Amino acid sequence: MPVEVLEKGLELTDFYEPTRRQYNANRLLKYMESMVNSNEFKSIGLFHVDLFIPILTFIFGQAIFNGNTGIASVYRLKNELYGMLRDENLLFERFVKVIIHELGHTFGLIHCHVPTCVMRPGTYVEDIDQKKHHLCPKCREEFEINKI
Amino acid sequence: MKRNISLLIVDDEESVRDSLYNWFIEDGYQVEGAANAKEALSMLESRNFDIILADIKMPGMDGLEMHRRIKALNKDAIVIVMTAFASVETAVQALKDGAYDYVTKPFDPDDLSHLIRNAANQILLKTENEALKNRVSLENIEDIVGNSKAMIKVLKEVESVSQSHSSVIITGESGTGKELIARAIHSNSSRKFFPLVTVHCGALSEDLLESELFGHEKGAFTGAMFNRKGRFEMADGGTIFLDEIATISGKMQIELLRVLESKSFVRVGGNKEIKSDFRVICATNRNLKKLVEEGLFREDLFYRLNVVNITVPPLRQRTEDIPLLVGHFIRKYCNSMSRDLISIEPAALKQIEQYDFPGNVRELENMIERAIVIGNGKEIRLKDLPFKKDVIEDSTDSLSDLEKKYIFQTLKKYDWNISRSAKALKVDRVTLYNKIKKYDLKQPKS
Repeated sequence: MPVEVLEKGLELTDFYEPTRRQYNANRLLKYMESMVNSNEFKSIGLFHVDLFIPILTFIFGQAIFNGNTGIASVYRLKNELYGMLRDENLLFERFVKVIIHELGHTFGLIHCHVPTCVMRPGTYVEDIDQKKHHLCPKCREEFEINKI
Repeated sequence: MKRNISLLIVDDEESVRDSLYNWFIEDGYQVEGAANAKEALSMLESRNFDIILADIKMPGMDGLEMHRRIKALNKDAIVIVMTAFASVETAVQALKDGAYDYVTKPFDPDDLSHLIRNAANQILLKTENEALKNRVSLENIEDIVGNSKAMIKVLKEVESVSQSHSSVIITGESGTGKELIARAIHSNSSRKFFPLVTVHCGALSEDLLESELFGHEKGAFTGAMFNRKGRFEMADGGTIFLDEIATISGKMQIELLRVLESKSFVRVGGNKEIKSDFRVICATNRNLKKLVEEGLFREDLFYRLNVVNITVPPLRQRTEDIPLLVGHFIRKYCNSMSRDLISIEPAALKQIEQYDFPGNVRELENMIERAIVIGNGKEIRLKDLPFKKDVIEDSTDSLSDLEKKYIFQTLKKYDWNISRSAKALKVDRVTLYNKIKKYDLKQPKS
């Protein structure tokens, strides 16, 4: 599947919530959705800021279920945020998993409890490290049906 | 499993509703939202939701009032209230009113997932429990624990036999719970409002048993200073449970047969005939039919008692019930010892499941009670269990002695079924027969 990477600068001040010192992921997702071209199959916005949704303290990413847009942030995936040594390779691996996970939701995949499946919910970086960057057979089957 | 759980999110803030909606949809739940209590209640009137996640502060009607109205509509609904830090006191009030739990906004993602997963598990357990109860509609069987086919069969038999007045013999190895089955039959019969009188025949000498069963008149024997009602008399209208029936003497067997036929008897030392309407349930761990063949038990009494026979399976034939039984005994003993509920480590449970329990459920119960007493108060560990060390460890036996012991244990475990024992020992049947002959192994008489 061809992937097009667009590097765009986006003024994030409008999405900043000073009381939480975080960025509102719901509004960012809506903005992303409004910016998507009709000829794009699925789009995912990649950010480096701390994302939140009103009910949760933070999120790694989120997507429109069965939609065509998602967002993901690298912010909470950094080792140094948890007092560990900086590890660029690990950070990249984590980010890839979060991106695939969110894209999975746009294909109608729900959370899976197979420990290595990329659709397994992860609320800590350790959860993300435990899973692989691919789908388990059951999610793969679901994906094949939904992708059409 | 989660696809069947439905969730209703009630919050006046659209962003909160949307966020929760997305979160739970991704988790595979069926989700709907309502902007206020009025809308939520009107939705609840037309359909049921398993879990209702409601904000406590909403214009119009607050979460507390809504919770009360939801409970009036559906008392089984699980309501979780959402609150900001400032309204924790109100949330506590909601808990007192029967809310399932409360969460403080914003939630930690992990806390929210756990909370909903636990609530969903509770719903599933409840559904499962109701399904099981529907399968066997018996009352007062809380102590009979087990979902195995073998136990469901026994409970079905209890259900059908409890409606009649026929005599019942309950057979089964020691510790399988024969007395519990007798109690279940009684408490589900039309005699349940009358006494269930239990007599442990094996614990009494012939003379004492006679006096216990039939009662005695004042002065009937030395020490009989007052008239005393016998157990048959006490059981009038109810049930008499004669445990260890195979141990009674020939003389008592004749007496018993006469009482069963006439439903009347005379107290020891008396001459007045007393009538009593009772039902007899007997239990034994012996093979009564074999005892009849050997002339040790009267055939006529056997047929009089053996109208219905219920066989309680040994624990090794219903190993799938072991985790349920372990959980039951942990709850029972933690409650009776006023301790916090503890868990069991997987390795310990695995070892229990692999053990063949010659003492059956009674042995398991004692094992759990002991482990709770000597344990660390948090969980039952493998070292808290009284399993014997490996047969080879510390043994001074010769190789052939060890082989003999091991073969005998295996045969015992599989009730002397040669094919199954040979399979377990990984030898062919002929080899096993040769070993049995070589070591002169014989099946003990039951």
